[in-house]
Amino acid sequence: MKFGIVSFPGSNCDDDAVFAVAETLGEPAVKLWHKDHDLQGCDVIILPGGFSYGDYLRAGAIARFSPIMREVAAHAQRGAPVIGICNGFQIACEAGLLPGALMRNAGLQFLSMPVTIRVEATGTQWTSLCHEGQCLTMPIAHGEGRYTVDAATLERVEGDGLVVFRYVDASGEATEAANVNGSLDNIAGVRNAAGNVVGLMPHPERALDALLGSTDGRVLFESVLAAVHA
Amino acid sequence: MKHFRVNVHIVPRKGLLDPQGKAVADALHTLGFGAVRDVHVGRYIVIETAAADAAAAEAAVREMCARLLANPVTEDFDIAGAIPA
Repeated sequence: MKFGIVSFPGSNCDDDAVFAVAETLGEPAVKLWHKDHDLQGCDVIILPGGFSYGDYLRAGAIARFSPIMREVAAHAQRGAPVIGICNGFQIACEAGLLPGALMRNAGLQFLSMPVTIRVEATGTQWTSLCHEGQCLTMPIAHGEGRYTVDAATLERVEGDGLVVFRYVDASGEATEAANVNGSLDNIAGVRNAAGNVVGLMPHPERALDALLGSTDGRVLFESVLAAVHA
Repeated sequence: MKHFRVNVHIVPRKGLLDPQGKAVADALHTLGFGAVRDVHVGRYIVIETAAADAAAAEAAVREMCARLLANPVTEDFDIAGAIPA
């Protein structure tokens, strides 16, 4: 299975994502330049973290109009797997692939720290090997990660089970203290209705090696491999 | 085609938490401007564009706001009229 990692000007986690695929799965991974018009036959697309276009205007607002995003949207439309990590999540929301938007952290600070997130939905291609309620520890590194959505859409997001991850404390409770960036309902990640597109602010690709504090990110990559082969 | 300058204000949607505005309000209170009730920080964008007339220039900028300049989930925009440039 071939993974494509989209590099926008200002992406800085694209190499981490390439490494993650090779390290956890041993599958081929290529970087796709944002000005390209084809996905080079990739089965899985990763929109990586970083500061595409310097976060000008709004995080992800300009990247979503990069030429390759048209192909990424078509890929998602076909039901093929796409994940947006951090800035990639912001881009996916701006592109309308996922509901909602990411705003400035409630505390205004850029947050770089490990967090615990709870798996709320296992019916996605990226969490198929997780169990509901499973807690994963992985790092965050963002200034604009406060998940926001209008009231009517929030009802749909919660009602249809589109929340994939929530920020929780060490005992797995979605407390206010655990909600580091002030997201609505502690939401750390969401999916589309079909479950092939997932976005999250934490970085699974940086949680692969015990030396770096956690191997909890592996399960997302293993899940997508299992889902596509199923 | 004539040239117009169109000024756009983009502000966080009312009712959404605006931590940046709140931080500025707090700072103003600290400076002694105790009468300040609320502050919102947004963006001010100046667009120079060619258009047949002022109405067409405004309509074009309105579409720019809807498609790129403002986030429909979190922001509102206000177009302050097209001025011949």
